[in-house]
Amino acid sequence: MLRSGPVALFDGTDARVDRLELPFNEYGVDPYGISKRHVKEALRVFALIYRHYFRVRCHGAHHIPARGRGMLVGNHSGGVAVDGAMVLTSTMLEMDPPRLAQGMVERFLHQFPVSSLWASRTGQFTGLPEHARRLLEDDRLLMIFPEGARGTAKLYNERYSLVDFGTGFVRLALQTRSPIIPFAFLGGGSAIPTVFNAYTLGKLLGVPYIPLTPYLLPLPLPVQLEIHYGEPLVFRGTGDEEDHVIEGHVAKVKERIAGLIEVGRAQRHQRMSPRRLLP
Amino acid sequence: MRVLIPGIAGGIARKLALRLKNEGHDVAGVDIRPWENAKESGIEVFRGDVRKRAAEDVFRRWRPDAVIHMATVTAFTVPGAERGRINLDGTKAVFDHCATHGVKQVLFVGRHTFYGAAPDSPLYHSEDEPPRALESIPELADLVAADLYAATALWRLPEVTTAVLRLPYTLGAPGTGTLASFLKGRRVPLVLGYDPLFHVLQEDDVVTALSLALEKKVRGIFNIAGPPPIPLSVIVRETGRTGVPLPSQVLSLLLGRAGFPRLSTGALDHLRYPIVVDNRRFLEATGFEYRYSVADTLRIYREAAPVPTQGL
Repeated sequence: MLRSGPVALFDGTDARVDRLELPFNEYGVDPYGISKRHVKEALRVFALIYRHYFRVRCHGAHHIPARGRGMLVGNHSGGVAVDGAMVLTSTMLEMDPPRLAQGMVERFLHQFPVSSLWASRTGQFTGLPEHARRLLEDDRLLMIFPEGARGTAKLYNERYSLVDFGTGFVRLALQTRSPIIPFAFLGGGSAIPTVFNAYTLGKLLGVPYIPLTPYLLPLPLPVQLEIHYGEPLVFRGTGDEEDHVIEGHVAKVKERIAGLIEVGRAQRHQRMSPRRLLP
Repeated sequence: MRVLIPGIAGGIARKLALRLKNEGHDVAGVDIRPWENAKESGIEVFRGDVRKRAAEDVFRRWRPDAVIHMATVTAFTVPGAERGRINLDGTKAVFDHCATHGVKQVLFVGRHTFYGAAPDSPLYHSEDEPPRALESIPELADLVAADLYAATALWRLPEVTTAVLRLPYTLGAPGTGTLASFLKGRRVPLVLGYDPLFHVLQEDDVVTALSLALEKKVRGIFNIAGPPPIPLSVIVRETGRTGVPLPSQVLSLLLGRAGFPRLSTGALDHLRYPIVVDNRRFLEATGFEYRYSVADTLRIYREAAPVPTQGL
């Protein structure tokens, strides 16, 4: 179901941030350092990109719980964090009331000036179990890409595939009794058509790798992106289960995401094929 | 209760002594520094070094029931090897005397900087975490060692009820301590591109927390904090100061020059990355509630320490 109606399109982004149900103090800062001012500034830019550059189509946002803990778990798509940025924009623009998805990000983001500041002020923390557990116990909405950096390193011809998932997120979901909302992200691999990952150059710059495209720089093309949220998955258990039990749950999540990708691809193909404009 | 406070002449220690006296305790202290008016308040201050023989005589003759150890120092006040000797040998002496002279309860007042500031550590530190990032700021090593040494009393001296309390940055009117000194000038150096969260507690709330820890006879390691943390830039702005964001390379060149403190480059990590503590264990053990919001704390500091018209 497409939820981006006129209200979502024209609703002021600042007003949406004001409607966030987070415990901001008198300075507009919540106990994790999320700052209303920074989220507003980031959302103004991201909303423009979301609506007018990538013309993101978001399906099934109603599957995300309006309140309470939850884990958005999906596939990586695109060599840089376009997927994460657009997913968190979608929860701000497509949900009513809006919610801020808090990503579990790569360590290097917090090592560099500016990126450290913006990641901290918008609630995007290093992917540590301590962070995830605490945020879930505080009824926050987490955004997790279990493929990790290997997922963003997918090349153009691998763009609809899934690499191995980490298993920690399922144990956390069980320990904190959090629903997992699977999602598929489509189009990122076409927006940033990575042909080669420069690992040595990345190492020199302090990042995992630098994705290179046919036009060299990993600048995203204005390709239409799609996010498909699926029905929440709730697993029962304590989180102390044997590996094979956890791996079974992980496989189920992966299967769900793969299914959403296939549905999205089919719809995309149907929609795009008469014009043959987009991959 | 007879409460002895090594380091009693410090800013917070004096307030604590007066509060405990008002609550009906007998209070005395040991300090190398003077506190002239203590006697008028009925508080006895023994002048001397806690590591020296005379200090042990205080334990022997005055026979405290409880000791609140506040005689530790930071790199801002005492440079070099002497700081290590005060922090470590002093702490050892205090615990030795407590064990020898039948002290029933000891509070070691430590600091939340124990956890270190690093980009990859959890935002909220629980008491179960080890100290991190010590290699970048060796000035903290002796305080961390003193904290860990104090914690050994939990198993070495089972007959003594020991609590290791890790305090966040404090501000008063204007108060003493690292943050109060850091904000003293008109302009405050910041690291460009970073704005770490700071946990700040008003000095009166610190005194309440310590007094509660004594009253509830808590045992173990506890983080103390009040209001939720706020970005350093807010502290600088709300205290009327002007933040001067400089690239870390420039700032490290200025350390020890142009009015900046002489510290290792690693100390700048405390201006880059947050040190925020999880205080749930202390709240559960004592029921502590802070009285001063961050806004109150910063306003009180600003009024007591208006922006200097000249200088850095």
